[in-house]
Amino acid sequence: MPVDILMPALSPTMEEGTLSKWIKNEGDTVKSGDVIAEIETDKATMEVEAVDEGVIGKILIPAGSEGVKVNSIIAVLLQDGESADALSAPKAAEKQEAASPKVEEAEKPTAQGSASAPVPAAPKAEVAADPDIPAGTEMVSMTVREALRDAMAEEMRRDGDVFIMGEEVAEYQGAYKITQGLLQEFGDKRVIDTPITEHGFAGIGVGAAMSGLKPIVEFMTFNFAMQAIDHIVNSAAKTLYMSGGQMGAPIVFRGPSGAAARVGAQHSQCYAAWYSQIPGLKVVMPYTAADAKGLLKAAIRDPNPVVFLENEILYGHSFEVPKLDDLVLPIGKARIHRRGKDATLVSFGIGMTYAIKAVAELEKEGIDVELIDLRTIRPMDLPTIIESVKKTGRLVTVEEGFPQSSVGDFIANRVHREAFDYLDAPVVTIAGKDVPMPYAANLEKLALPNVGEVVEAVKAVCYK
Amino acid sequence: MAPRKTASTSSRKAAAKPARNDSIGSNSLVFTREEELHAYREMLLIRRFEEKAGQLYGMGVIGGFCHLYIGQEAVVVGMQMAQKDGDQVITSYRDHGHMIALGMSARGVMSELTGRRGGLSKGKGGSMHMFSKEKGFYGGHGIVGGQVSLGTGLAFANKYRGNDQVSVTYFGDGAANQGQVYESFNMAALWKLPVVYIIENNRYAMGTSTARSTAQSNFAKRGEGFGIPGVQVDGMDVRAVKAAADEAIAHCRAGKGPYILEMLTYRYRGHSMSDPAKYRSKDEVQKMRSEHDPLEQVKARLLEQGWASEDDLKQIDKDVRDIVADSAEFAQADPEPDVSELYTDILL
Ligand SMILES: Cc1ncc(C[n+]2csc(CCOP(=O)(O)OP(=O)(O)O)c2C)c(N)n1
Ligand SMILES: [Mg+2]
Repeated sequence: MPVDILMPALSPTMEEGTLSKWIKNEGDTVKSGDVIAEIETDKATMEVEAVDEGVIGKILIPAGSEGVKVNSIIAVLLQDGESADALSAPKAAEKQEAASPKVEEAEKPTAQGSASAPVPAAPKAEVAADPDIPAGTEMVSMTVREALRDAMAEEMRRDGDVFIMGEEVAEYQGAYKITQGLLQEFGDKRVIDTPITEHGFAGIGVGAAMSGLKPIVEFMTFNFAMQAIDHIVNSAAKTLYMSGGQMGAPIVFRGPSGAAARVGAQHSQCYAAWYSQIPGLKVVMPYTAADAKGLLKAAIRDPNPVVFLENEILYGHSFEVPKLDDLVLPIGKARIHRRGKDATLVSFGIGMTYAIKAVAELEKEGIDVELIDLRTIRPMDLPTIIESVKKTGRLVTVEEGFPQSSVGDFIANRVHREAFDYLDAPVVTIAGKDVPMPYAANLEKLALPNVGEVVEAVKAVCYK
Repeated sequence: MAPRKTASTSSRKAAAKPARNDSIGSNSLVFTREEELHAYREMLLIRRFEEKAGQLYGMGVIGGFCHLYIGQEAVVVGMQMAQKDGDQVITSYRDHGHMIALGMSARGVMSELTGRRGGLSKGKGGSMHMFSKEKGFYGGHGIVGGQVSLGTGLAFANKYRGNDQVSVTYFGDGAANQGQVYESFNMAALWKLPVVYIIENNRYAMGTSTARSTAQSNFAKRGEGFGIPGVQVDGMDVRAVKAAADEAIAHCRAGKGPYILEMLTYRYRGHSMSDPAKYRSKDEVQKMRSEHDPLEQVKARLLEQGWASEDDLKQIDKDVRDIVADSAEFAQADPEPDVSELYTDILL
């Protein structure tokens, strides 16, 4: 059987090309690898190599032809003993014609299909509610710092595959003392000081996680994780999908995010909105010590990469934490910090400090606010927010990060889509100002959100 | 911490030990009277300035992070003596000394530390982020290692323009482990860029000694794989720094590509004002101060040579203290930036 030589596709986007030149002529013997023709694509001149051996029986597309469709027959190769007479020209032509429409037909349905094929709905994940705290459970006052340390220590006791690495986490006991005592308890095999090489050690962490270990990678602050963001996004977040579910990265990236106090533009950025964009990541940003503890334990156990955003200022804040052997809280569930009926206020992390003060002031003025602490930014507990908005009809969000494409912007969009009819006022989102963080004390204060802004916003949505 | 060979008194006498075969022995270690006096005054100004900054931090007048340069003064002063106008300087957050050595005003630096409108960045940058186009100072960078690529870019621009300026790019022993340093080394060597890489090896990156952070603690050799010459220099001896700088800068100006100077130095204070520095012994610090102090070395020579009397030196100290006191007063009286500055300088 003669072999058809087809117009090759020489780039992912090529649909047709110019057959500029035949290097071999009818009657020439070719073997595999011989250059038989040159074609021009929109990008380059390329050589066409023979794949099979034989004699060029018939050239169907003359040199100089433009717009030759990919996959159309350009020549016919005769095998041993076959003669060109066996080829009836009309048949070949017929074949070529048949070939072209075939390609188009094959393309058409896909083109139409992609326009109209329904995209499957994103599955809705069921997230369990917080576990019940048994009545009579003792509450202990604890700083966020201690809660995070205890969470890691408990998980390290429970699972030998959990280890922590980062800058100054071992001998120095943590730049912000979050890993205090861990080196002493777990030794230097599991509590590992790294050089200042974020991109490298984040990648090493992801590699170790791909092989099944459960690293906790501490960034001294998330500002420095920008050196490593490639591994967080491209390696950790996408491996499960790219491997068709064969392997993922059970890893926790944790450290402080956001402004501290007058540490300037390069050390003051909040990454909640950044990481919240990435499918394949979970993003947690707790406010209370109990949430910090329960969610960090959950993050360490989670088989997915979790970005766990802490806050330097909150490290020293104390909260009541239930004294339980194993306090694990659900990632993806918001917590109603205070019930109210007049307006919904949503915040997370250090944003809650502004929100709580604002709620107290508003209470004095007779406005009863429902305050939701998101706790997890991704996957986001939108049902809790929407349910609240259906009740109050008003929504304000507060965060410290930059205003454009903020977490609040996303919430506002979803609420507009899913609860528009329930809204009595446009949603107001409060964020940091749209400027790099200034160092001067007065400017830094202005750059951050403040309680007054929150109070005013809630009053505005209540038309008071 | 493993004792470091290179820090011993005997090897510190050598001005600069070539890590490769090229020698810099031809350079004289002898300073003239003027050079000694200049170096002394400059180093003293940095020392007194930093002591004052430490005090103001303690009083809460300076906020955020504040990284002092005390102990390392000979490095910038010696380098500065070998540079010429038009050369660029770039460094990390530990930048006050570099700015003073470049002749940026003490008032401007101190006011930036207090976050006031007279500061070099109008109070918007802070201790870690100051710049001066006029003096060729390109910052002031907070991300460890970031300035290394930027400094290489300054050198790229010099080569592009065909001028003979050199980029003097400083970074720490800790920064020397960042990946972008080696990406920069490769391109600098490949394109023969005029950049002197100065690794200020003060033995610690925050609380981590070089022994605990690096498999190759001879930083002068870090460019070997790229064919970049490198030498270790006694960074506590301003003459040795100047001699090595002359050699390295001449190499760059001649179009021969990058050069690495590893400055063996020491910081007396904690990493920043909030570091208790428990990772090293008081003895270790004391030993450096009493045996290798860069200022004491010059002072001893000045007195020994009869180039200055105790009274002369006291007068220099008084002059320097006056400048520093003036800067501190100014920096506290100077108003904060106008609130309208919040939204300026974001885009042009
Ligand atoms: C990318 C990055 N990681 C971590 C930090 C936090 N940090 C600031 S300074 C420092 C130590 C740097 O040491 P070294 O390079 O030796 O310079 P030195 O402070 O000794 O001058 C660290 C870890 C940072 N600023 N940037
Ligand atoms: Mg150092």
